[in-house]
Amino acid sequence: MTQMTFARAINAGLRKSLENDPKVILMGEDIGALGGVFRVTDGLQKDFGKHRVVDTPLAESGIMGTAVGLAYRGYRPVVEIQFDGFIYPAFDQIVSQVAKMHYRTQGAVKMPITIRVPFGGGIGSPEHHSESPEAYFTHTSGLRVVSVSNPQDAHTMIQQAIASDDPVLYFEPKRRYHDKGEVDESLDLGAALSLERARVVTEGKDVTLLAYGPLVKTAKDAALAAADEGISIEVIDLRSLAPLDFATLEASVRKTGRLVITHEASQTGGLGAEVAASITERCFYHLEAAPVRVTGFDVPYPYSKVEMHHLPSLDRILDGVDRALGRPNSLSGLEG
Amino acid sequence: MFTDDAGKGGIAAGGPGNSAESNRRTGGDLVQLITPGGERVSHPEFDPWVRDVNDEQLGALYEDMVVIRRIDAEATALQRQGELALWPPLLGQEASQIGSARALRDDDFVFPSYRDNGVAYCRGVRPEAIVKAWRGNALAGWDPFTVNVATQQIIIGAQTLHATGYAMGIQNDGADSVAVAYFGDGATSEGDVNEALVFAASFQAPVVFICQNNHWAISEPVRLQSHIQIADRAAGFGIPSMRVDGNDVLAVMAATRIATNRARHGGGPTFIEAVTYRMGPHTTADDPTRYRDANELEDWAAKDPIARLKSLLERKGLLTEALETAVAAKADAVAKALRAGTINMPEPQPLDIFKHVYSTPHAPLERQQDHYSRYLASFGDPAEAASEEGAR
Repeated sequence: MTQMTFARAINAGLRKSLENDPKVILMGEDIGALGGVFRVTDGLQKDFGKHRVVDTPLAESGIMGTAVGLAYRGYRPVVEIQFDGFIYPAFDQIVSQVAKMHYRTQGAVKMPITIRVPFGGGIGSPEHHSESPEAYFTHTSGLRVVSVSNPQDAHTMIQQAIASDDPVLYFEPKRRYHDKGEVDESLDLGAALSLERARVVTEGKDVTLLAYGPLVKTAKDAALAAADEGISIEVIDLRSLAPLDFATLEASVRKTGRLVITHEASQTGGLGAEVAASITERCFYHLEAAPVRVTGFDVPYPYSKVEMHHLPSLDRILDGVDRALGRPNSLSGLEG
Repeated sequence: MFTDDAGKGGIAAGGPGNSAESNRRTGGDLVQLITPGGERVSHPEFDPWVRDVNDEQLGALYEDMVVIRRIDAEATALQRQGELALWPPLLGQEASQIGSARALRDDDFVFPSYRDNGVAYCRGVRPEAIVKAWRGNALAGWDPFTVNVATQQIIIGAQTLHATGYAMGIQNDGADSVAVAYFGDGATSEGDVNEALVFAASFQAPVVFICQNNHWAISEPVRLQSHIQIADRAAGFGIPSMRVDGNDVLAVMAATRIATNRARHGGGPTFIEAVTYRMGPHTTADDPTRYRDANELEDWAAKDPIARLKSLLERKGLLTEALETAVAAKADAVAKALRAGTINMPEPQPLDIFKHVYSTPHAPLERQQDHYSRYLASFGDPAEAASEEGAR
């Protein structure tokens, strides 16, 4: 076990993938000499060369579209989208090409592309640097979408994503890049939890609280605070946003009877809506209350001085828990 | 027979094809080796690249062009008869497609648009596989790796990036094959094409961009797309370009050979503008008489690529009855096979829609498939249920 930051854990995972498979190739803006704007690829170009760690022109569709061609040629490209808000120029290549190539060619052409997206807010950035675009991609068949919440997962899941024959969007919570954690670098990928499984982070019996990426830490803190009031929260880290691990979610909701889901992305059409609807269909007779969503608002990501009002906080999450439990809360007295 | 590089060794003007002169070349004049009247004219730089094309090979090029025009006509008829949902005719672009495709090696990799069906034919894609997607029986009719042709791209220009990425892979592998992107004049307005040119130039990737300027992007004329000659745009990216008569099969072949030779020898990308004309509609769904002048069509009909090669063959005394008979027989046979292959194409099955979305299992999707198969089974006979669904 080694103590390392989140960013370092991804770096070490990328390094292992580069070492283990000569077909792995990293591409992106500023990922070479600079080591990426968050230094996630620090030192990799120096050790693996400019042909394995490729500094590209500033053109997101170009990065993604050439990755498609490289995958055609048998490579396993790992592309870095420098910031969440910059993924939109690459949207067509991702949803029309990367996602559909395997289906279109009836399995003949695989797209083992990993798309690394530093995402989410809370770092005081300007516009286009704090977005949570994951729902666009969970809505698109053919893509797998994951988000990591701790250095150990960051290290193993990046390697699993690269090893996957399906395209994987790998969402990195940028406000956690400097958080430290224990990482077992020798963990065997086959023995590690599968890329598509959720993890029960904290066991509890009163409410199931689902989170992913940056909000897993906030959810854990909320569970600790609630415990002081005698409320037992089961925190689940979704890890995989597409596909969703309904086996783990259902087991938890059947036990607790109550569900709260939290994410930074806006509410309407977000992942919380899908989870709430699907869990209601699957566990209707086990639910004691309607599922509750604690999310970002349906606004463009706001300027940084007020972003803390948009981002779900520990207290907002606890307020949602109170709603699920029918305890006094901010909406008490409102019908519906 | 034309899959090899012409002019390897002994071609004064060619060599590796990346002389300073060639690299400086931008669009410029339209290169022509056969006049519209069928006269062979000489061009000092291009001639050496088709010097090996003998009489028999000229006949074979003629056959190819007649056959793909026939495939096009047959597919159009099949669409009119309700056997295909849609068809994008290539009528008029035969020389651009045959001249370029026959200049490629088997291990080169082609990324075509939906209209480049003549290119697919040359690479060995069976005609009924070409129409499979237009019939609605699949999204793509062939396995790209068996013929080194990616499937028909419908998003305008997206494939130019795929070709460039593939070429970067070739470069990494240290191979000497070439990636080739086919696209139209309309595609040059797209961001992807411009990004592909940036990437290709930056990495000096072995990719050839073949723009068939057919003058129309559905109803939008080329003058709305480009204020300058399209070939001249390449210079701004640092990519050498050629502007050739796209209705002249030899000029297109020579240009493609120059470009692929340059790419194979480390000379990087080349842009070819093949100036041609789409004589039919964009697809069978539109009506060109609403957006273009009949005189324009007439002018271009006089430059017809097949008539032009036929005149050349006549001038050279090569248009024998035997050749005409053989070509007609080949076209008839291909058309007949295309029709039979289309009409007798096996129907896809309802649960096929769930296949190949992912390469590894995906539990929520498997659940949807399971539920739908139970739903179909509730009708008793799943085939009957499927046709009931289709009728609604």
